[in-house]
Amino acid sequence: MYKVLDKKKLASTVTLLKLDTPEIAKKVKPGQFVIIRLNEEGERLPLTVNDFDREKGTITIVFQEVGKTTKLLGKLEVNEQIADVVGPLGKHTEIEKFGKVICIGGGVGTAVIYPVTRALYQAGNEVVGIVGARNKDLLTFVDEMEAVTNQLIVTTDDGSQGRKGLVTEPLKEILDSGEKIDHIIAIGPAIMMKFVCKTTEPYKVKTIVSLNPIMLDATGMCGVCRVRVGGETKFGCVDGPEFDGHQVDFDSLINRLKQYVAEEKISMATIEG
Amino acid sequence: MADEGKKAKKTIIPDRVHMAEQAAEERVSNFKEVPLGYTEDQAAEEAKRCLQCKKAACSTGCPVEINIPEFIKLVAEKNFQEAAKKIKSTNSLPAVCGRVCPQEIQCESKCIVGKKGDPVSIGGLERFVADWERDHGTVEAPPRPQARNKKVAVVGSGPAGLTVASDLAKLGYGVTLFEALHKTGGVLVYGIPEFRLPKAIVQAEVDFVESLGVEIKTNALIGKLYTIPELMESGYDAVFIGIGAGGPMFMNIPGEELNGVYSANEFLTRSNLMKAYLFPEYDTPIKKNKKVAVVGAGNVAMDSVRTAIRLGADEVYLVYRRSEKEMPARNEEIERAKEENAILKLLTNPVRLIGNDKGWVTGMECIKMELGEPDDSGRRRPVPIKGSEFIIEVDDVIMALGTNANPLLTQATPGLELNKWGYVVADEETCATSIKGVYAGGDIVTGSATVILAMGAGRKAAKAIDSYLSTSA
Ligand SMILES: Cc1cc2nc3c(=O)[nH]c(=O)nc-3n(C[C@H](O)[C@H](O)[C@H](O)COP(=O)(O)OP(=O)(O)OC[C@H]3O[C@@H](n4cnc5c(N)ncnc54)[C@H](O)[C@@H]3O)c2cc1C
Ligand code: FES
Repeated sequence: MYKVLDKKKLASTVTLLKLDTPEIAKKVKPGQFVIIRLNEEGERLPLTVNDFDREKGTITIVFQEVGKTTKLLGKLEVNEQIADVVGPLGKHTEIEKFGKVICIGGGVGTAVIYPVTRALYQAGNEVVGIVGARNKDLLTFVDEMEAVTNQLIVTTDDGSQGRKGLVTEPLKEILDSGEKIDHIIAIGPAIMMKFVCKTTEPYKVKTIVSLNPIMLDATGMCGVCRVRVGGETKFGCVDGPEFDGHQVDFDSLINRLKQYVAEEKISMATIEG
Repeated sequence: MADEGKKAKKTIIPDRVHMAEQAAEERVSNFKEVPLGYTEDQAAEEAKRCLQCKKAACSTGCPVEINIPEFIKLVAEKNFQEAAKKIKSTNSLPAVCGRVCPQEIQCESKCIVGKKGDPVSIGGLERFVADWERDHGTVEAPPRPQARNKKVAVVGSGPAGLTVASDLAKLGYGVTLFEALHKTGGVLVYGIPEFRLPKAIVQAEVDFVESLGVEIKTNALIGKLYTIPELMESGYDAVFIGIGAGGPMFMNIPGEELNGVYSANEFLTRSNLMKAYLFPEYDTPIKKNKKVAVVGAGNVAMDSVRTAIRLGADEVYLVYRRSEKEMPARNEEIERAKEENAILKLLTNPVRLIGNDKGWVTGMECIKMELGEPDDSGRRRPVPIKGSEFIIEVDDVIMALGTNANPLLTQATPGLELNKWGYVVADEETCATSIKGVYAGGDIVTGSATVILAMGAGRKAAKAIDSYLSTSA
């Protein structure tokens, strides 16, 4: 059992939990994820680690309540327990001094790109951050991102905060300005990552994305997380989650993410009403 | 053995006592176990068929060398408690082995009674004894031996890992069992379905191993949480690798990324480990599709076919490129699948999967095969018949082609020698690997094999680790 040590509501449907996981905290690096199973009946849900404290033995996770498991997770209170937390899983982000880097976070993806951005910033890169969400309420980690970037651009679909529009617009402007960009990382919904990669491809700037396929064991045993990358089948859980975005078949990923939409509704219905 | 053969001829041996089972019509709509087990009287009656051979050939056919005549004698005397103790002195998982071991090619294949009729149902009796002990609540851990100040880390809690752990704990070593998943048992919990091996039974056997003093750490993916060198540095004097052959295989044909296409590992893990057949009571979903094709013909394929039938499919095809004779699954499983109305599409090989505009699989294009010259495995090689392509309409495809070595741990272990398929190279007798103090056994050494072979390897490794630790400072 793993105890919840702290809880913060970041937005109406976005929650941060700090968990007591000393062994994982010692090992985890930016870009890695954990599997969470709430209770005996629970499913195994992958969540990227948002932050960690090696001394205090904690990790934090940030999630948006979209299905039954994340809804129940959002209802957990401090001192309550989670049955299983497994990690650290997946490969960590390659952190080096690239030069000028753009870090793009969409929705709760911002919580996940934050530790990556911080590591890149601390490694001496010049970092431009672009964070976007549907509206002001769903924007998270803006202040934290501000602190670890040389420049931060905020966008919302409805213009309720920052620039009105999508993250791809300021991204294209920067690329068009002719300034040399050495490395780009984008983490967010699959559709956002797809369009980020479409935007950057003509400029031939390496663009890393963190994929979120459906997972089960997350140890490389079942293959449900398979994605097509550069014409080959890769397993998101062990070969990823990060891949060269220009090689990823996003349409197939987006299609595979829809496999259990009907079942998710049935599942939700069991806790509603 | 010749003498005993003669004796068998003189004695009139009654027919094997039939074990009752759920009828096919009934069992296809539940996940309950199919064979129902012997009653006490039936077990004693079956046990009396044993000739009590002095040189028991059956025991030599058992990879963990159970003293078969002795335990059967105790059953005939209805001394079930002692029979259980006798088995457990060499086998920590009798309720499992009694159910899933291929006895027909092991102990029972050597049984003298079997020369004329059915051999003694050694598996049935083993199962009975283990169940009797569990049901009577008389399972007791042997007295704890004197503790030794040496620690062993066992990685993976399948039959190999459980055996090493219990054997070493019985010798007084401090043993920690690290398991990546949230439950222990390996394939016994994630692969083999409830209707063949009830999970409560696996849990009871794991509880027994724990009662021997083994510390069990689930949610510990070694290679990520700790590496093997880190385990050695942190105070473990030896490590056993029993991580199974967990990687799924696909065919690399077009369309495998379509929705509705799964590896057998995924399909069975959803159903067994995550209990998705009870969805939405359990949160993990599984598709209850109507026209299912399972590709392959081993035990894993049979388990997938029979699970799909129980999930309510109307038509379940078993697609295999050779003929029935070459099917690697146990005969018993093939027969049961047929009774449950599986449709065998033999000498048939998929070439491509067809999807609709929403990205779901709707068809499987296959080609007819014929058997040519024998290949390396000695089986006749299947060759495609030109122009014989046809399409099977399906909404679900399960690839049960076998497994390969999962590289996650082996790649994180510098200096560990692997063969060209990525399996760990280990000594056949001692299970020693290329790294001092590191041993390996089970499917990660042999490739997919059987529960009892994995246990046999575990037994050998435990002996070797004991002698290594007894001689090292
Ligand atoms: C569906 C199916 C049906 C079968 N039916 C039969 C049958 O009827 N009879 C029979 O005899 N055999 C059968 N087999 C084969 C048999 O189950 C295997 O040969 C046997 O389980 C191998 O045992 P093992 O201990 O080597 O590995 P496994 O049982 O595979 O266990 C390995 C364990 O290690 C864990 N692990 C892996 N990597 C790590 C890591 N890095 N860190 C920590 N833990 C890790 C895994 O999660 C797993 O729990 C079947 C197999 C399958 C898949
Ligand atoms: S989640 Fe099962 S292999 Fe990746």
